[in-house]
Amino acid sequence: MDVQIERVNAFCKKRKSQKKALIAILQDIQAEYKYLPQDALRAVSQNLSIPLIDVVGVATFFRAFSLKPRGEHVVTVCLGTACHVRGGPKILEEFERRLAVKPGDTTPDGKFTLESVACLGCCAIGPVVVVDGDYHAQTSIRKVESLIKQYARK
Amino acid sequence: MKTPAKIKTVKALEKVIQTQQRLRKADKRQVLTVSAGTCGQARGSLKVIDALNASIKKAKLQQKVKVRVTGCHGFCEAEPNIIIHPHDLFYQKVAPTHAEAIIGQTIKQKKTLPNLLYKDPVTGKTASREQAIPFYKKQQRIVLGDNALIDPTEIDDYFAVGGYGALIKALTSMTPEKVIGEVKASGLRGRGGAGFPTGVKWELARRQKDATKYIICNADEGDPGAYMDRSLLEGNPHRVLEGMMIGAYAIGATEGYIYVRDEYPLAVKHVTLAIEKLKKLGLVGTNILGAGFSFEFHIAKGAGAFVCGEETAMIASIEGRVGEPRQRPPFPAVKGLFGKPTIINNVETWGTVPLIINKGAKWFAKIGTDGSKGTKIFSLVGKINNTGLVEVPMGISLREIIYDIGGGIPGGKKFKAVQTGGPSGGCLPKSKLDLPIDYESLTKAGSIMGSGGMIVMDEKTCMVDIAKYFLNFLRDESCGKCVSCREGTQRMWEIVRDISEGKGKEGDIELLEELAQAVKDASMCGLGQTAANPVLSTLRYFKDEFEAHLKDKRCPAGVCINLIRYFVLPEKCTGCLACKKSCPTDAIQGVLKGVHIIDLAKCIKCGACLEACKFEAVETQRDEAIVIMEGAK
Amino acid sequence: MITFKMNNLEVSAEEGWTILETAKFFGLEIPTLCHNDGLSEYGGCRLCLVEIGEGPRAKLVSSCTYPVEEGLVVHTDTTRVIKARRMMLELMLSTAPGSKKIQDLASKFGLTHQRFKPRDEECVYCGLCVRICDEQMDARAIGFQNRGHNRKISTPFDARSEVCRLCGACMYICPACSLRCQGPAADTDICNACLTMEPTCLEEYDELQCWMYDAGRCGTCVQEKGK
Repeated sequence: MDVQIERVNAFCKKRKSQKKALIAILQDIQAEYKYLPQDALRAVSQNLSIPLIDVVGVATFFRAFSLKPRGEHVVTVCLGTACHVRGGPKILEEFERRLAVKPGDTTPDGKFTLESVACLGCCAIGPVVVVDGDYHAQTSIRKVESLIKQYARK
Repeated sequence: MKTPAKIKTVKALEKVIQTQQRLRKADKRQVLTVSAGTCGQARGSLKVIDALNASIKKAKLQQKVKVRVTGCHGFCEAEPNIIIHPHDLFYQKVAPTHAEAIIGQTIKQKKTLPNLLYKDPVTGKTASREQAIPFYKKQQRIVLGDNALIDPTEIDDYFAVGGYGALIKALTSMTPEKVIGEVKASGLRGRGGAGFPTGVKWELARRQKDATKYIICNADEGDPGAYMDRSLLEGNPHRVLEGMMIGAYAIGATEGYIYVRDEYPLAVKHVTLAIEKLKKLGLVGTNILGAGFSFEFHIAKGAGAFVCGEETAMIASIEGRVGEPRQRPPFPAVKGLFGKPTIINNVETWGTVPLIINKGAKWFAKIGTDGSKGTKIFSLVGKINNTGLVEVPMGISLREIIYDIGGGIPGGKKFKAVQTGGPSGGCLPKSKLDLPIDYESLTKAGSIMGSGGMIVMDEKTCMVDIAKYFLNFLRDESCGKCVSCREGTQRMWEIVRDISEGKGKEGDIELLEELAQAVKDASMCGLGQTAANPVLSTLRYFKDEFEAHLKDKRCPAGVCINLIRYFVLPEKCTGCLACKKSCPTDAIQGVLKGVHIIDLAKCIKCGACLEACKFEAVETQRDEAIVIMEGAK
Repeated sequence: MITFKMNNLEVSAEEGWTILETAKFFGLEIPTLCHNDGLSEYGGCRLCLVEIGEGPRAKLVSSCTYPVEEGLVVHTDTTRVIKARRMMLELMLSTAPGSKKIQDLASKFGLTHQRFKPRDEECVYCGLCVRICDEQMDARAIGFQNRGHNRKISTPFDARSEVCRLCGACMYICPACSLRCQGPAADTDICNACLTMEPTCLEEYDELQCWMYDAGRCGTCVQEKGK
């Protein structure tokens, strides 16, 4: 991934290169590139004068960050307690089967990344699946196929 | 009359509030209040809003009807729902196709549409008024209730319900000490889970002599199954902001952080908008309202770490470091964010403060029990008919919440357990249904109040699976510093996983209990100290299930994959082919109107057939008869 | 000066001392692993736990990170503390069975078995290597990454470090690397050789073989035990 260091520098400058803004800056970078490229992390380390090991420590500690490139479409299956009780794990399994990837990985054609999340706070409409920011209420094992098809077309 | 560009004095703000209240009263238009929080939107309320607006335009009724887009009304099961004023009508599960009828009949002709009314799933009785609906009857929605009256993106709506009146009262007629005294007298305890007396915490921070102090709003809400804070922030952000400003005034803080989970984009959006509005009006900044009180808001977003709900981990995260908790003392109230005295309170706690200032500590203390005052918002989810957010007075029983408000268990299934307190809490069985909800009784029973998640489970929920679920969550979310938590949760999970897979050995339960006690005792922060609760409570009340998995290699609830087999009950099968069509491995044989049979050799136990069957003919219990395919029929 | 009680003895300490420092000053032994006088406190190994307070509200805290307070009541070796320490050692041994330091501590507390499935990581994430690299060697080449059961210690991106000076401080201070145990018979056994009261070399050779009163260092006991 070609990282434009000027973009990263701009993100840092926007927050006055303050050390306390590290997480916010990483969030900006991730929103831009869909993951945290190594070069971006090095640039942040330089801009904020934080040792690279500490930047990597923060980037790997928080689940929201990915150090691996992600696919065109990100499928997030909610595994909160309420969704678990309503069959969330079986829906994740179905996605694993149909996309042939494990949670955290991307399909070889780069189309889909499958992830799980501990809870989205939408328990009333569970089991919940979010694809590219779209919330899908009351998903079922059978809806998985059509969901994949729906986004594969985009 | 438009709200002035900048509100510079107390009198000016009072005038604005009075004006908005007057305008709201004088507005004789009919109002369609549509709930559009995250859940509502996921169920299509934005489309409903568009359809309503289109119908209103078509009927040329813009002068007579207004659509107010609000946050969550609490009754999530009924989303999208509309409350119509002044009829006091409650319509549930509204679709865009209903818009024409709503405008044509209800608005124009005052005719109620019976198909949109709430219908009790058991008795079939309908209810047209919100207060007549069983879900709402026993609630006391003093904190969440205003959600239905406010468009969260319009500060004028908040003024119209008297918003920021409490701030005025505090700034003009109360000293900081008096504010703290009032909060102390109210008996308000932290709503984030620990239940520490709020006023006492504030007093400790007040006593510190630092010129710089901070307040933080904990909107990390990491407990899976809990979303009260999301609802309050999305639907009434100003209520929380007002509470924070009152708190800041009380302890002497000049800056406040709102730490919101990354997973709540709409809440972040609405809070950001609300703060911008306050900035524009000059209600945050230096010398607010000329009362000598200066204050600034900042928003910090979480990045997917449950442990950051812990005070010191949250502080570390705001400082740009990993969310690793640290030993206390020193407590954050003495030495917190950037080394300064810091008060961290939960969203619900902040949202309750303006009420206490407005209506007085005595009023608040009348609600609830001796040790637990006021109301608490719970997210009632899982295997329950009336899913939603309920706000009830402390002291109400679990039974009343689950059956009277919640409408009981769907599908005619039996209640098995209710889980409270998230991963720090425990599962309470049927024998505890009459327990009053308060901090002490829940702790004594082996659970905790927690942030308010209340997950109901039925006979088809396996308690070993639930224990495994929570341990899996905790081993992922542990920060990893303490051996007891990092290794302890991992090893506890391994033991329970083995038990759930039928690989449990003699002595496993004893080892589990010994390990759980060590994790509880030796861990440094709340996550580790309470990590053993889910396991200990399920062992306490459901030991027989653990023993069934361990000794008999049986899963009574029919959940644990290694110990169950999928099969069709011949007496219930109608031969509809639904399960056969759903099977991804073609493991089901059957013809139309003939009994279907599952070939266990091909079955991968995905559960698609169980989901597809509308006649409850697919079962997973091990002790029932197993039919193996031997030539198609 | 801050006065408080430790094991029923009244002691005085300077403001800012930790319970561990005070205990050491008065000659009270509290076991530690992730503590090192030259490095900052971490409080991760949970071996230095002590019980503070009395009655139902008494709790266990790591003495290396707990600052002394006026009127504090501390007990360093209650049953609750010993049980917790034993479990910590059992857990640590399940991932670093080759560490002589941890093996010795386990024997000292009477453990003979650990009941968890062994994971030969030879790391207990005590963080001493990270802290010495940062605080003493000023290199900051390695650090903690990920969290929970996925925690690991590594260089950025697991790549060859650009700042590591190959000083070896991390290996020197590591409780697993610095001194290797001769090895227990089974992965779940505790070696116990070093703390044996009856070294088998006496039986075998009629004479102590190590001459440094560090029984077991030569490995004779283990070899003999295995026979």
